[in-house]
Amino acid sequence: MKLIRPALVLFAALTLVTGVAYPLAVTVVGQALFPAQADGSLIVRDGELVGSRLIGQSFTDPRYFWGRPSATGPMPYNGGASGGSNLGPANPALKQAVEDRIAALRAADPGNARPVPVELVTASGSGLDPHISPAAAQWQADRVARLRGLSPARVRALIAAHTEGRQWGWLGEPRVNVLALNLALDAAR
Amino acid sequence: MTTNAYAQLALYLALLGLLAWPLGRYLADVMAGRSRVVTGPLGAVERCGYRLAGVDPAHEMDWKRYALALLLFNLLGALFVYALQRLQGWLPLNPQGFGAVSPDSAFNTAISFVANTNWQGYAGESTMSHLTQMLALAVQNFLSAATGIAVVFALIRGLARHGAATVGNFWVDLTRATLYVLLPLSLLLAVVLVGQGVVQNFQADRQAQTVTTVQYQRPLLDAAGNPVRDAAGQPRTETVTTRAQTLPQGPVASQEAIKMLGTNGGGFFNANSAHPYENPTPLSNLLQMLAILLIPAALCFAFGREVGDIRQGWAVLAAMTLLFVVFALAAIWAEQQGNPGWRALGVDQAAGAWQAGGNMEGKETRFGIVASALFATVTTAASCGAVNAMHDSFTALGGLVPMWLMQLGEVVFGGVGSGLYGMLVFALLAVFIAGLMIGRTPEYLGKKIEAFDMKMVALVILATPTLVLAGTALALLVEPGRAGILNPGGHGFSEVLYALSSAANNNGSAFAGLSANTPFYNVLLGLAMWFGRFAVIVPVLAIAGSLAAKPRLAVTAGTLPTHGPLFVLLLIGAVVLVGALTYVPALALGPVAEHLALWAR
Repeated sequence: MKLIRPALVLFAALTLVTGVAYPLAVTVVGQALFPAQADGSLIVRDGELVGSRLIGQSFTDPRYFWGRPSATGPMPYNGGASGGSNLGPANPALKQAVEDRIAALRAADPGNARPVPVELVTASGSGLDPHISPAAAQWQADRVARLRGLSPARVRALIAAHTEGRQWGWLGEPRVNVLALNLALDAAR
Repeated sequence: MTTNAYAQLALYLALLGLLAWPLGRYLADVMAGRSRVVTGPLGAVERCGYRLAGVDPAHEMDWKRYALALLLFNLLGALFVYALQRLQGWLPLNPQGFGAVSPDSAFNTAISFVANTNWQGYAGESTMSHLTQMLALAVQNFLSAATGIAVVFALIRGLARHGAATVGNFWVDLTRATLYVLLPLSLLLAVVLVGQGVVQNFQADRQAQTVTTVQYQRPLLDAAGNPVRDAAGQPRTETVTTRAQTLPQGPVASQEAIKMLGTNGGGFFNANSAHPYENPTPLSNLLQMLAILLIPAALCFAFGREVGDIRQGWAVLAAMTLLFVVFALAAIWAEQQGNPGWRALGVDQAAGAWQAGGNMEGKETRFGIVASALFATVTTAASCGAVNAMHDSFTALGGLVPMWLMQLGEVVFGGVGSGLYGMLVFALLAVFIAGLMIGRTPEYLGKKIEAFDMKMVALVILATPTLVLAGTALALLVEPGRAGILNPGGHGFSEVLYALSSAANNNGSAFAGLSANTPFYNVLLGLAMWFGRFAVIVPVLAIAGSLAAKPRLAVTAGTLPTHGPLFVLLLIGAVVLVGALTYVPALALGPVAEHLALWAR
């Protein structure tokens, strides 16, 4: 058949171009222009790899800011198994999870009667969300300040320093990087 | 609805139009071989490839030969993807040491990537070696998109030519679409994405030591790897305390770029574009959304140019844009409403300057409601299927939007190539209905639409709904189909309906609670994807061949103009009518029933 040879040759050639040459070219250019980003925006503290700016970590100690709940298994913020809860809006399991998270937040900060920002009680899509909203950070500021013996103003200043606005003033949402904020808290001792 | 919601939507549409206009001209010139890129030094490389392959680029094919070449090439691609997955354990570039993918999952994935669906039953970071991701999956991201572009240009030629026996040369169309369109755009986008933080390397995963420890329960296993059970038969667990966190690595950016530009949608990671390593910033999110609809929008302009009347392209684009805006606003509105069940619990869901509010389950903080709902609309308007938020956790009406967009046949911009050829089929249907109403033989662009053409149109329009509705019914009737459902009630039905809609329309997004990596779903959805793709492409090529052979009729006073507002409305009417008549009963059982139950409490 006259169609077999073109099919085989073009498939092989285009596979080499798009499957080998293309990713190699992107790697070479990407690594040359943006080496830190291409390797995962890693954070090294005292010579130890402590994480990535882009990948959230689980914080359950009330002395730290807590991030989004994470639905990854078997442990939260498992970088090897990203994903969300996929619970539907009417699923009783979702309501139960939200109630449990509210209870844990209230138990860690009994004096705080304000409504809980929605992000602190809902699991992120990736299970690795590195951010919370400024509202969710402010909600936790007094607790963190009290337990660390820092002034609330100092903690709020740290939040403000780690708040990113909408990109270009327009895109996405304002947010606070939880890992970066908590590392700054540890350094503020 | 916040002001920012309108601002983000307006910015998106404005940038899309600005970028699509010049690309449309370029596409038309490249595919016709007029562009200086084709006649210049790069073209020498292309011609060298043809010599090796024994292809005469000047020799065109009739529609049957074109379809045969296309089917043969895609079959070859499917076999290669299947083989590579089965053999990856013995092949290099496998730093995680993954074994062979199971036969049913490999079958599903092979069809999925060849058919431009990129439905993923597997989790990328724990299944596929770097070699498989690059050489099998990323390659098909290019080739399946190029196949779509080839088909739509064959159809455009059918409309533009008269008295012609051929519709183009598949090998040339495929090669040009890959080399001159998809490849340069992907290179550019990939590098920009790396700058935003998307990883791009060939390393194994990194292990970080986290700031605080994490405790979790791990099932106890005996020496043979079986779970240890207590007296009551429950699996026993042990508490593990760890500071280790895996930071996955790999050639992500290169795959991410073509995943969007080719409306493929298959993520490197399980969480797809919700993963911060795939989509780290609001800007990367905007670029990804633009990349999804860029070529589909540009093809409208290329179409207008090739048929010699740019207004024809504008009319099709206008119909698409109007539908898109309505769906986008509906999705944003529904998600911003939040979850009524949480109001009594003391949860603050109000949108404000310092939080997005709304239904944030399954959504990322950096995207909030607007960029998540907009992404969901974009990805299902196209045949992309990438997600930056979990559609399964959308509100009932918010989840209805992506589902119905897919069911409309993904003609609102649609997939690369497939969107426009789908919409042109609806244009034929619209002029046919209009012709019946006024009692004239229907014409489109001077071509008389006759019985053979309408039979093919009917085939195209009936193929996917048959697969979706019969497939859903089958899955719900048998135990292996029902076993995969995660959520109770109407939402569980929606999960199955969504899966079949996504597969048959070659989208690839999911209500991901459904456990679809089972032999039953892998085979059912694999078949739905194959026939949803090629049972549409072959009749479309038949229409192309039939139209190319016809003479062009002169425009008379009785000709229905197909570039004005009246035609735009007719076209929207045809799309919505077919979509509503086919799917409203099924949608009433799923998202509509769920919405009523949720808000009645």
